[in-house]
Amino acid sequence: MSESKLSWPLKIWVGLVILLLVAPALVVIPVSFGASNSFVFPPKEWSLRWYENFFTSPQWTSSLLNSLQVALLAALLATVVGLFAAIGLQRKFKGAAALSGALLSPQIVPGIVVAVAIYITFLGLHLNGTMIGFVIAHAVIGLPFVIITVSTSLANFDRTLETASSSLGARPFTTFRKVTLPLLMPGVASGFVFAFVSSFDEVVIAIFLQTPSLRTLPVQMFESITLQIDPTIAAASSLIVVVTTAILFAWHFASQSNRKKVKQ
Amino acid sequence: MTVPLSVVTAGAKNARRADGRKLLVLLPAVALLLMAFVYPLANIVWLSFTSPDPGLGNYVKLFTDGISIKILLRTLQTSALVALLTLVIAYPFAYAMTRVSPKTRGVLTILVLLPFWTSLMARNFAWYLLEQRGGPIEQFFAFFGIEGVVLLGSVAGVTIAMVQVMLPFAVLPLYASLSGIDSRLMNAAISCGASWTKAFRTVYLPLSMPGVVSAFSLVLILSLGFYVTPAILGSPQQALVSQLIATRVNQLLDFGGGGALGMILLLMTLVVLGIVSWLGKVLGGAKRV
Repeated sequence: MSESKLSWPLKIWVGLVILLLVAPALVVIPVSFGASNSFVFPPKEWSLRWYENFFTSPQWTSSLLNSLQVALLAALLATVVGLFAAIGLQRKFKGAAALSGALLSPQIVPGIVVAVAIYITFLGLHLNGTMIGFVIAHAVIGLPFVIITVSTSLANFDRTLETASSSLGARPFTTFRKVTLPLLMPGVASGFVFAFVSSFDEVVIAIFLQTPSLRTLPVQMFESITLQIDPTIAAASSLIVVVTTAILFAWHFASQSNRKKVKQ
Repeated sequence: MTVPLSVVTAGAKNARRADGRKLLVLLPAVALLLMAFVYPLANIVWLSFTSPDPGLGNYVKLFTDGISIKILLRTLQTSALVALLTLVIAYPFAYAMTRVSPKTRGVLTILVLLPFWTSLMARNFAWYLLEQRGGPIEQFFAFFGIEGVVLLGSVAGVTIAMVQVMLPFAVLPLYASLSGIDSRLMNAAISCGASWTKAFRTVYLPLSMPGVVSAFSLVLILSLGFYVTPAILGSPQQALVSQLIATRVNQLLDFGGGGALGMILLLMTLVVLGIVSWLGKVLGGAKRV
């Protein structure tokens, strides 16, 4: 099918939707180069002071490092736990469907309800404002992504390969490490990426769990709009928008050229 | 939500029966879920009936304080409007995605996913800039002689931003559904003498209903519990339910009252899910006939 099949009104509609999807995020870029202490758009004078502040002020650097650390640990926990859970769910047993529904349910319960519930409960367990509290809460949010991606990989996985491996004398752990895991790697890796991004971007639970000594980047951004009017958020937003766009397009074109190579 | 579930359980059906020992691999996931999800939720259900006093006091208060019900209805109305607008914008786009070359489709998919992957905070901040006093939207309308269009702090401002934030969640399920429709059916109807509009209304639209229902309900459910956009772009005077819950819990330390409100919100979500699965069955049944 060729593109010329699209009628003109439809083409215009597609163009407008693309504009709506992409354009709003771009307004953060000019503001990030502004010089004044406000959110004026477009800025009257230009400077790099907000970028400098983002990389030097302890408030911003520590929140960035906290976010990276929480996201990495939460994604690791979610990936390991989710990988085993997905393998377990493949086996036929009573209540498998109910259990997988329960493991995916953090995605359905309204975000604010989960956040408030975790906040009140972790308050009693003294987990608020601790690294372990953040990691556990974010791992639960990332878990459904890992279970879904690994289950998709498992659905295309030939179980006889495991049987072959063990009939040739491999121990269960060796079979898992040398046969199962490498074949499931695409699902595991994309589950990890989803879990990492969902933690790195998570705001609502983080707003409730934060203390002044442990705050993640999205919380710092939230407070710099609602409490502080700190234009450093424009620099932070611009960096995130540019880096994400670059990674997505690089990944898209890399996978496209890979496909071409396979065809040849 | 039903698609991933079927992927997860599909394998279970044809896998061999395992001995209980092999199910130990599920233990860490269950433990994590219990600690950071099931127990906290059970905890606020418990608190909603016991704190500060045992009984139904918190729920009675919701219906009698004059503000909670008003805010719940406003939230339902706003979320339904967001879902409807998102659907109307996304449908032609998803349709176009099924009609273009694979290469163009790849680029369109990336463009849909772009805001999905871009920080939620960055996007909400962008809308703050657009909607603020003296911002581009006010300037745009002032250019045409309409003064004072400041969307920041209004439900309209929250609605517009949420539509943009939710677009990917509507486009992706719609595309999945529309790409499964055989385009020759439309051609067949047209060659039998139907106009394009009539062919679309009687053939294509009914076939696309499952996608429409899942896109609408996904956006509706996500919107009901959305906190960040109302908190940044809305105002306390026109609060949505997520703001009310946050205020009760975080500032008033009214865990019971906040918990009760959260339960009502969860109940609303489950009702929407119930209606959707019922609709799915009805539509699915109609298709088979």
